[in-house]
Amino acid sequence: MGINYIYPEFEVIRDTARCIACRVCERQCANEVHRFDAELGMMTADDSKCVDCHRCVSLCPTRALHIEKSRHTFRENANWTSDKITEIYRQAGTGGVLLSSMGNPQNIPVYWDKMLINASQVTNPPIDPLREPMETKTTLGAKPKKIERDNAGRIIDNRSPRLTLSTPIMFSAMSYGSISYNAHESLARAARELGIYYNTGEGGLHRDFYEYGPNTIVQVASGRFGVHKEYLETAAAIEIKMGQGAKPGIGGHLPGTKIVGDVSATRMIPEGSDAISPAPHHDIYSIEDLRQLVFSLKEATNYKKPIIVKIAAVHNIAAIASGIARSGADMIAIDGFRGGTGAAPTRIRDNVGIPIELALASVDTRLREEGIRGDVSLLAAGSIRCASDVVKAIALGADACYIGTGALIALGCHVCRTCHTGKCNWGIATQREDLVKRLNPDIGSQRLVNLIKAWDHEIKEIMGGMGINSIEALRGNRLMLRGIGLTEKELEILGIMHAGE
Amino acid sequence: MIITAETIHFKALNEMIRESRDHEIIIDKCYGQRYIGSGLSGKNITINGTPGNALGAYLDGATINVNGNAQDAIGDTMNEGEIVVNGSSGDATGYAMRGGCIFVKKNAGYRAGIHMKSYKDKSPVIVIGGCAGSFLGEYQAGGKIIVLGIGNDGAPPVGYFCGTGMHGGKILLRCSAPPADLPAQVCVAEASKSELDEFVPYIDAYCDKFGVNSVNIYDSKFYILTPNTGNPYKRLYTNN
Repeated sequence: MGINYIYPEFEVIRDTARCIACRVCERQCANEVHRFDAELGMMTADDSKCVDCHRCVSLCPTRALHIEKSRHTFRENANWTSDKITEIYRQAGTGGVLLSSMGNPQNIPVYWDKMLINASQVTNPPIDPLREPMETKTTLGAKPKKIERDNAGRIIDNRSPRLTLSTPIMFSAMSYGSISYNAHESLARAARELGIYYNTGEGGLHRDFYEYGPNTIVQVASGRFGVHKEYLETAAAIEIKMGQGAKPGIGGHLPGTKIVGDVSATRMIPEGSDAISPAPHHDIYSIEDLRQLVFSLKEATNYKKPIIVKIAAVHNIAAIASGIARSGADMIAIDGFRGGTGAAPTRIRDNVGIPIELALASVDTRLREEGIRGDVSLLAAGSIRCASDVVKAIALGADACYIGTGALIALGCHVCRTCHTGKCNWGIATQREDLVKRLNPDIGSQRLVNLIKAWDHEIKEIMGGMGINSIEALRGNRLMLRGIGLTEKELEILGIMHAGE
Repeated sequence: MIITAETIHFKALNEMIRESRDHEIIIDKCYGQRYIGSGLSGKNITINGTPGNALGAYLDGATINVNGNAQDAIGDTMNEGEIVVNGSSGDATGYAMRGGCIFVKKNAGYRAGIHMKSYKDKSPVIVIGGCAGSFLGEYQAGGKIIVLGIGNDGAPPVGYFCGTGMHGGKILLRCSAPPADLPAQVCVAEASKSELDEFVPYIDAYCDKFGVNSVNIYDSKFYILTPNTGNPYKRLYTNN
């Protein structure tokens, strides 16, 4: 065997004075870091297997454990960073394409953190959301172009199919297969209780979750896994997946090893068969072709379901969105390049696409300029981390936000970024039965409900501070934002002024 | 129910079909209306003329007979049922179909049978009497694609890149020698008598539907294309 060039990234620090060798850590770690050494009568750890997920740390009854980043370093080099060197070692050793998970971790500007929100002073006073009515209810879908009346003067209901949310937040597409049954159940139950929606992702809808249909968005991707008439009819809306922020231009493939049991049944493919969903839909080469898929779905569901087209934020996003708005779609979901994933090639995740903030602003501007903004709702996704991110997104022009990683963190995810290994110790990104059962859907759904309720209240407080009492009045209200430390060009694209202006 | 389609908009035409209580529906003078029979079950539709794109998308048990040619994406994500085209069909015939049968009397365009898959008792079949365009059975994961090459004088009845990314199912080609440019992930072998057996019912059904003498069809070599692995992406990745 050759030399192993890779030194462990983390060190498992065990306070032997506190450790009682109860072996909880050993039982809890799917990566098999901890081991009881019977000869020495103590616990030992293999640091090289640790992914820093904190499962052992959280469950250690005597707080004997913590994880530290290894102080062992390469000679400091601003160009050849330790990541770059280690990645070369990995590839030279295996010849493989580097595979990562979760959103882009690179130090690239987060524009949410460079925008500041306004508040009222003296004139147009702030509103206290605890005392006065404050509306975060949101309706998504195409807006009627005009009010039509019948001969008796009564208004004709010419509204297109739509989604109604209690607050402008939804759970974004995560397939059953990439995340566990219990994670899906938690999302579905929370969506129902909150009066919002969760998204099945492209892996089909488990039979057990059809009852959550009124709060479910189903996805149709190029591989069409689990897509059939009943699946489409059960849902509240149908999302066509054209792209994903974490891997624009790259498709999905769930390896055959993960197509087992219920995952196989839900995707409607045999066990052990690779689930390949290539980036191109090979029946879509133009906006006209996209229109064809949009309308075939509308026809199949008798025009009762709104159709969402999800795309990754890429360089000419505004022109692409303009085309989609003309395809008959009711909503466009834009997924920024910090959006999460269960597995994506590292190079793609870290280098392809653009931030959601810039994409969203340029799409909203373009659709307004063309007079077609009312034809579609805009859903912003790709690392919405907190209530103020939601407020900023809406002020930039979003109708609602999708959250994925944020929701998983509420379920206990520690963002260790090893979803692709399928050994999630928190029972989220895994199909291993013993691990899945660690996530209790009763607790999980409650934590999601808590999170969204808390955000909803924060959104109301921030809106109240601005003297705004409805989401409608915040949408596209870029006067409520100011940039901090941004260039003229960045401000121009975001359509906001600099702080102090 | 007989509908003279002529210039009726597809939305109105399809609503008539959906809402009709008749089991038998005949559409005369079909002038390219799209999405006919989307997600339909329990009806027989006969179309005289040319239906537009996405005929029988998500079809769920209905049968559709076309007296004429069909356009692109017939039987997209079809789950069950039958589509018979008494002519040629366009691109992406049977895209991602999971069940049921499509019979095309003459030729099919590019990317027929792409993403075709089978699951449990569902196993889709496409029979093309003439030739198929390039990328036949791309990403095929299950089911059967049969191309008879009638009138093609024994030359391979497919275009380029047949079976690219194939990881399940079978493609049967009637020709005197297999295509020369098959991709690496496809295995090809001449079909033995017993290997041909599972295809016979569908070839016979084709002959039956279009009045072709099956004796002339079986008087030829057949080649079976199968994937050489069910996991084409195995060993492509390194965990990072």
